[in-house]
Amino acid sequence: MAKFTKKPKDLIADIDYSKTPSTDWMDTPVEFKEHTFCWGAKGKNLEIVGFPNARDWSPAEEDWKLPHDWENTVMDAIKDRLSKYRSFKLFMDICVRCGACADKCHFYIGSGDPKNMPVLRAELFRSIYRRYFTAPGRIFGRLAGARELTLQVLKEWWYYFYQCTECRRCSVFCPYGIDTAEITMMVREFTNLLGLNTDWISGPVANCYIKGNHLGLEPHTIKSSIEFFLDDIETITGIRIEPSFNRKGAEILFVTPSGDLFADPGTYTCMGYLMLFHELGLDYTWSTYASEGGNFGFFTSNEMAKRLNYKIYAEAKRLGVKFIIGGECGHMWRVIHQYMDTWNGPADFLEVPKSPITGTVFENAKTTKMIHITEFTADLIRNNKLKLDPSRNDNLIVTYHDSCNTSRGMGLLEEPRYIIKNVCNHFYEMPEDTIREKTFCCGSGTGLNAGENMELRMRGGLPRAMAVKYVKEKYGVNMLANVCAIDRATLSTLMDYYNPGVRVTGVHELVANALVMKGEKPRETNLRQEPLPGKEGA
Amino acid sequence: MMKMLVPLAAVIVLIIVSLAGVEAAGLEAVFGIVIPYLAFIIFVAGMIWRVIDWGKSPVPFRIPTTCGQQQSLPWIKQDKLENPSTCTQTFARMILEVFFFRSLFRNLKTELHDGKVVYGSDKWLWLFAIVFHYSFLVVFIRHIRFFVGDVPDVIHILEALDSFFQVGVPLVYITGLTLTAGVLFLFLRRIVIPQVRYISLPADYFPLFLIFAIAITGILMRYFTKVDVVAVKNLTMGLVTLNPQIPQGIGSIFYVHLFLVCTLFIYFPFSKLVHMGGVFLSPTRNLANNSRMERHVNPWNYPVKVHSYEEYEHEFKDKMKKAGIPVEKE
Ligand code: HEM
Ligand code: SF4
Ligand code: SF4
Repeated sequence: MAKFTKKPKDLIADIDYSKTPSTDWMDTPVEFKEHTFCWGAKGKNLEIVGFPNARDWSPAEEDWKLPHDWENTVMDAIKDRLSKYRSFKLFMDICVRCGACADKCHFYIGSGDPKNMPVLRAELFRSIYRRYFTAPGRIFGRLAGARELTLQVLKEWWYYFYQCTECRRCSVFCPYGIDTAEITMMVREFTNLLGLNTDWISGPVANCYIKGNHLGLEPHTIKSSIEFFLDDIETITGIRIEPSFNRKGAEILFVTPSGDLFADPGTYTCMGYLMLFHELGLDYTWSTYASEGGNFGFFTSNEMAKRLNYKIYAEAKRLGVKFIIGGECGHMWRVIHQYMDTWNGPADFLEVPKSPITGTVFENAKTTKMIHITEFTADLIRNNKLKLDPSRNDNLIVTYHDSCNTSRGMGLLEEPRYIIKNVCNHFYEMPEDTIREKTFCCGSGTGLNAGENMELRMRGGLPRAMAVKYVKEKYGVNMLANVCAIDRATLSTLMDYYNPGVRVTGVHELVANALVMKGEKPRETNLRQEPLPGKEGA
Repeated sequence: MMKMLVPLAAVIVLIIVSLAGVEAAGLEAVFGIVIPYLAFIIFVAGMIWRVIDWGKSPVPFRIPTTCGQQQSLPWIKQDKLENPSTCTQTFARMILEVFFFRSLFRNLKTELHDGKVVYGSDKWLWLFAIVFHYSFLVVFIRHIRFFVGDVPDVIHILEALDSFFQVGVPLVYITGLTLTAGVLFLFLRRIVIPQVRYISLPADYFPLFLIFAIAITGILMRYFTKVDVVAVKNLTMGLVTLNPQIPQGIGSIFYVHLFLVCTLFIYFPFSKLVHMGGVFLSPTRNLANNSRMERHVNPWNYPVKVHSYEEYEHEFKDKMKKAGIPVEKE
């Protein structure tokens, strides 16, 4: 396959919202465009977790090597999920096709493809629901908006439901709260039952199942990765930190996405955690078994997500900690906040989180017993427990990107902002319609952060990139802060594409830059080992 | 085009059927008694079945769409209406949704200008949806006068308000006009906005045509053909008291109006119009965002196959020991 080389302005020139195809959407066949879809899964990865129809396959090929009775599998699964999820059933019945959601999806905004309007994405499936599960659909067929389930339809599902990042922006605007992400989750379950997974999702799932994290880092590698950070921290601050791993009797278990152990700029955020915890003298431990906060299982099936999530409570119990702190990640927090306790609780072996530094009891995590690191840090700053020198971040003009999941599946909006404002002197918000509950996806969530679908990612990221461009031009913003490991990777690519010069950071990298540590040597550089403002000549 | 013509034809056929039924075949009893009873039963039974059917599927996870700051630290101001964490707050959020169409009020228009994406406020859909629904509601309530012996004061007051702005006989009810205007706007919007036209199905045009025809026949009766209201009330009271009768001298246009209304009632439970009931059950709106505070139980939660710590340690023991990571079994 040729490399993706399209320039931003050519990509934008393709978009025309007023144009719709001359044929009705039901008569417009799906076209698998280069650079807009992910590779198929490898059989071995499906086998590891016991997923059905394990084999190597490629979406670009005509033959998808489906089981011979795949239609029945899908029908049975639809019936089953309709009886298990009120959301799914209700959302099938009550859409009035008012179109309020239509232009709210970043994939539609970036592509102009009508099938990326949330309502039409849902109709791709709803038309099948009508045909086989409602009387009007059975009797009137197409007149009632119903159609037959065919291989073409299945392929269309696969193409478009792997072009939805389950960001829930559509759900904010829908008068009935119809959440297309719920429908995407269901349809992805159906494709999963036929072995139609993507390589980029099923690889991490298999890794996480066996090795505890998406990247497949083995215990000794996790330790050595972190030791590598410790060397850097020592170079920068003169302080040698000694964290612990799988330590029984620690007060707190810390869980964060493995992505931050691996690639810049996430690694700096990870160094930030290490420095903060050290400075506080926190009695905490890392785990090599529960070494993943994220959950790519969530992008395959509810069951797989639960299987991967199991490790967090299990490890907390084994180690005998009192509560859990979770690092910066987006979808991880939707899972922790809205699913974990229901799946794998009750966590009655843990205690209600209480900050050992400030004594604050986190009543909002009374039952799940896991708090977000920005909740923890915001409380520290509020209680004056940190000595901060925000001028060390004076070379940064910062804006903040809300992750879809933490904003629309949780409501974590002010905590990170409060922290940023305390550790940076230059902070500017992007336009109101692009932040908080109306935030735009990075364009690469739900396991779409692969390389082969780069055009899709750049299209999906367009609204976010445009909003950054706006504050870049207006205020000179050069740093895009966020609380998500996937963002740290994907937004970097997105910025390089649309807004070269804007870099990406986690919130705790900014914290650690500003953090004045006991016994540190005068700092010359930031965590990236670039000179601090005013020290450029040194 | 077919998507629009078929439902249009359907409504015309309905009109012709009722006209012919009454004028040519003399089936007043069918259109004035049998069908209304049938419609009423189908509507009530249909809606109950709908709600029970939805209710049968549980809500396994607590999945509110949060549209504001969560309840976390006491000094961070929670957005109680957009991100409720208690029942009362959630109730308030639902009131805003149901009575004021809160979410629709957020509506934005996304456009592309000189290669830049811009967002503009777009409240037209909200405005006309409100106009349409409230007009519908008032018209509906006004009709109660036909179904009770002594018309309650509230209805008199509502009628007075509804015709507040004019003098003359008969008084013009504003909601009759706004309802028609609302329907017209919703229809125009559907055919003018390319995206909305593209997603529209016959089932989106049919109720609009039907309601339009209901409103027009109603207006015709009131202001033009001057239907015999006393006779109509005799018919409707007969229906209510289970003592049905067909009074003389009600024009056929009344039967057309009634038949169309019956069609709407019958159609209601089997169409998208069930959003009326569904909106109350929507899990992204009617749940409190308190899933870390109070445990939410999934009735069908089942044990799953996991990769236990023991298995993990067994597989990586040597590497762990070599790296100085503690293990359970030496
Ligand atoms: C409670 C919250 C409700 C909301 C947010 C809501 C919203 C909407 C919206 C956005 C439309 C779409 C208009 C269009 O684009 O065609 C619509 C249509 C309609 N609604 Fe509602 N509605 C609600 C309740 C009700 C209720 C209580 C009724 C009771 C009669 C009702 C009856 C209708 C009818 C008859 C239509 C028009 C037909 C159509 O467009 O298909 N709605 N509603
Ligand atoms: S906003 Fe809601 S009701 Fe309107 S088209 Fe979208 S999903 Fe359907
Ligand atoms: S959940 Fe997000 S990506 Fe999916 S359809 Fe809705 S707006 Fe688009």
